[in-house]
Amino acid sequence: MSTVATSQIKLTPERHHASVRSRLQDALPKIVLAPSFAITIVFVYGFILWTIYLSFTNSKTFPSYVITGSRAYQRLWGWTFDTDPPSSWYTSITNMGIFGFLYIFICLALGLFLAILLDQKIRGEGVLRPIYLYPMALSFIVTGVAWKWFLDPGLGLEQTLHQWGWTSFHFDWIKNKDFVIYTVVIAGVWQASGFIMAMFLAGLRGIDGEIMKAAQIDGATTFQLYRRIVIPLLRPIFLSAFIVLAHLAIKSYDLVVALTSGGPGGSAWLPSNFMYEYTFKRNEMAVGSASAVIMLMTIVAIIVPYLYSELREKPR
Amino acid sequence: MSAVTTPARQASGGVNVKVINRIVIYGLLALFALFYLMPLFVMLVTSFKTMDEIQNGNMLALPKAPTFDPWLKAWGETCVGLTCAGIKGYFWNSIKMVVPAVLISTMLGALNGYVLTKWRFRGATLVFGLMLFACFIPFQSVLLPMATILGSVGRFGVTLQNSIGTSFGLGNSTVNLVFVHVVYGIGFTTLFFRNYYEAFPTELVKAAQVDGASFFQIFRRIMLPNSMPIFVVTVIYQFTNIWNDFLFASAYAGTGDSMPMTVALNNVVNTSTGVVEYNVNMAAAMIAALPTLLVYVLAGRYFVRGLMAGAVKG
Repeated sequence: MSTVATSQIKLTPERHHASVRSRLQDALPKIVLAPSFAITIVFVYGFILWTIYLSFTNSKTFPSYVITGSRAYQRLWGWTFDTDPPSSWYTSITNMGIFGFLYIFICLALGLFLAILLDQKIRGEGVLRPIYLYPMALSFIVTGVAWKWFLDPGLGLEQTLHQWGWTSFHFDWIKNKDFVIYTVVIAGVWQASGFIMAMFLAGLRGIDGEIMKAAQIDGATTFQLYRRIVIPLLRPIFLSAFIVLAHLAIKSYDLVVALTSGGPGGSAWLPSNFMYEYTFKRNEMAVGSASAVIMLMTIVAIIVPYLYSELREKPR
Repeated sequence: MSAVTTPARQASGGVNVKVINRIVIYGLLALFALFYLMPLFVMLVTSFKTMDEIQNGNMLALPKAPTFDPWLKAWGETCVGLTCAGIKGYFWNSIKMVVPAVLISTMLGALNGYVLTKWRFRGATLVFGLMLFACFIPFQSVLLPMATILGSVGRFGVTLQNSIGTSFGLGNSTVNLVFVHVVYGIGFTTLFFRNYYEAFPTELVKAAQVDGASFFQIFRRIMLPNSMPIFVVTVIYQFTNIWNDFLFASAYAGTGDSMPMTVALNNVVNTSTGVVEYNVNMAAAMIAALPTLLVYVLAGRYFVRGLMAGAVKG
């Protein structure tokens, strides 16, 4: 694309006696962009470096700026499962693994399933779609209040089913340190799957109808049509949805706080909760910073290749 | 194209199969609708029940004698920490934080998008890439330095207050949160406007330049009047995100009278003194949800478009 700036040079021949005013005019776009860019450099990249720096000090309650090496990282990884309960960091990353895998997998599967169902010329689609999607518009601090209640054995689902006569029903995951993370998965899926559905639905609507018709004429069944043709065509959506979900999963914080307040003995913690607790409540600033750096690295590993390809692909 | 109906050949298989198919599809869709609606439904009905009815009744039952008292109590009397003046003050805190933060970040995003698409310069893609990546970082990696800076600014504000009688808002929690949300929101707003202006005909901008229009004149007379849809998308997206934010709010305004709504709600719900008043909790949660819910009901289409723009096209 030919830039506007060059055409301006051609149009204004008197530019060579560049007065201060016209030079200012030329620089104006950059001047307008500069504050935002400076803010990003300082408050995002500068702060990231600051956090990395702190993770190599022995900061406790207050930041200390004496480098003491990788002690914080050694402490993080040096804690083991052998202690009972397992160290908070291992609990957090194990939870992250369980939560991340199930959350991404179920959201993708459920989102695709709902999108395909909704794509069958459904009457009332306009009503159903917003119902599936609204959890994304509300803070989980809000909806968590209802979920917490619903999952509480003494009040919610268990109690309700007992009242309806199914007295042997037992559902106390939210109070059980081995199962509490699965309640976080349920709530997380509830919140994000509708959005993933919308992404897939947009993808389905973008598929060329001719391809579908051709396949139908060739005698493909609906199931074959979806498996062999539609789902492969949705590959870019799978990638975008995966990126969105992975990034949401790593950032999940309110989910755990609102639903479980951390769970029994911190058993529902994710790395984000670990970071917050260690930095602001347990006065282990260096350890908290180290955990933040590890979270950041995970995101970088997922996002940077994606952004790079997205920005490069665009035709100039 | 939209739907893929069962192939025509199957029609010979009988109308029955088709009918059963439709019943199964509608049944599943309805079932999932119930799953998604359940928490909101429980919140809504519980907020209109008396405590008596909650303890003896069914969670899913409609209130037998609907009462508005829990809402009034949540708004004006319930205890947040040690102060028992309801959540109304915190609701206004959130409003005071959201409005400036949304306006400033949206305006900056519009200007940035305009520069990045219509006044390209060498390195523009890199600048954009750096701003874009900022959208994706886990905020934990900037949380602590920001807390340190805000702390120093706050102390400076106190010094100013003592020496010249005004702190210029330095150290004020609401001002701090506005700043934080603008800083970490411009990545998104820039992304939205950049992608929108990318498709805007550059010829128009060039023609205006030939006519001698200046940088800001072009922005005001040509870009802005044509930006209504993306403004709606951006404002809704930012409003929802900032209103719902919990991490920054609890880190930088986690105590005292300046808490935003989300933090106050979390305190109300987790206060464990005396009998837990579930109806009041649910009413408080509903009040906290109302602004975003209202925006979603009125302009859900634009909200979804914003989510997609933030997700699909990096």
